[in-house]
Amino acid sequence: MVMKFQKTLSEHQLLLHRGNTSTLQINIGRLCNLACRHCHVDAGPGRPEIMGRKTMSDVIDFARRFRFQVADITGGAPELVPDLDYLMQELRPSVDKLIFRTNLVLLLQDRYAPLLRLCKELQVAITASFPSTNANQADSQRGEGVWQGSIEMLKRLNAIGYGLPGSRLELNLVANPTGAFMPVEQCRAEKKFKTDLARKWGIQFTNLFTFANVPLGRFHRWLEQSGNLTHYMDRLAAGFNPATINGLMCRSLISISWDGFLYDCDFNQAADLPYTGERIHISSVTHLPQETPIVTEDHCYACTAGAGFT
Amino acid sequence: METYYNPTDLEKFGEIGKEAPEMAKKFFDYYASVFAEGELTGREKALIALAVAHAVQCPYCIDAYTSSCLEKGSNQAEMTEAIHVACAIRGGASLVHGVQMMNTCRKVSM
Repeated sequence: MVMKFQKTLSEHQLLLHRGNTSTLQINIGRLCNLACRHCHVDAGPGRPEIMGRKTMSDVIDFARRFRFQVADITGGAPELVPDLDYLMQELRPSVDKLIFRTNLVLLLQDRYAPLLRLCKELQVAITASFPSTNANQADSQRGEGVWQGSIEMLKRLNAIGYGLPGSRLELNLVANPTGAFMPVEQCRAEKKFKTDLARKWGIQFTNLFTFANVPLGRFHRWLEQSGNLTHYMDRLAAGFNPATINGLMCRSLISISWDGFLYDCDFNQAADLPYTGERIHISSVTHLPQETPIVTEDHCYACTAGAGFT
Repeated sequence: METYYNPTDLEKFGEIGKEAPEMAKKFFDYYASVFAEGELTGREKALIALAVAHAVQCPYCIDAYTSSCLEKGSNQAEMTEAIHVACAIRGGASLVHGVQMMNTCRKVSM
């Protein structure tokens, strides 16, 4: 049993408080065509939680009131949510950067061609899950055939200008470990992925981010069922790095759920730990103060292990 | 079922220094410097270590370096090839001594 995260902070005489909130992350639903084993939000087919147009309007109004630098649309699979194009078009003028997270394979379908044109027109940064350049390793996490579909979609994104050197169209990859082990050092992984993807498949991309798997949702159940939970939590807690605290993403990011409620981050949303401990709807928010304590639980060790999760 | 090897014993490796602390310190300092990034990357060294672990058949090292390879971005396909390298060298070492056999045969045979 690991020491409670809040106690670890206290023992290091650290406070985890909100700083200047510059990023708005919007989880527009838990519906997904995949059921990835590392998923902390338990996204998958048949999930009913989808952001409606009214809530999207509330989000747009919220973004206009508070002027964030970045808006980051995630899920589930955002592509499966109706009115995604409306949300993107209305959000874009309010932020310096708009990110759209995708699992890549849905975009192969012809019906998403208009969405891709819109992304290009709005210069939306596309961030895609891509855990490994090895097909078996990637598919063990994301499902059979997903890796091959991802390779095809990455080629198509390059063909329309995404991820090319000098391009304003950012194509970023996110590599989560395909099991109960720590992520690869980010700069080394990026160098290897760039070399391998270019040499073997002629694919280019902008940045690679490596993140630890957070022990929530489907990943937590997998850890329990595979007998890896205790060891994994011990590794995370043993890797606690006090130097990561100031740069943690929850200090500068606010997360909105599919039904419009606020959380310090997407992981707290998955764990149902609302911002400030109270369920607050974005339509009622008049200001976002700094220095509010971040709500924490033991899954927070995933973001503070080693080099951290920023 | 009782067994000589227990995975949790790997965590006790540091206790080997209890009766010979100076030698243990020298060993572990040397060990750390061997696996630090150098002309070879940490990843390359982890794959080499994994291959050697199979050559000497150390279950502790196989356990530790499988995880290490994964955490340095390797995968089962690469690790399998590394094990085959160990196998080829071990097998080759036996086979090449066959030259001694052939020499002896040649000497005593008509």
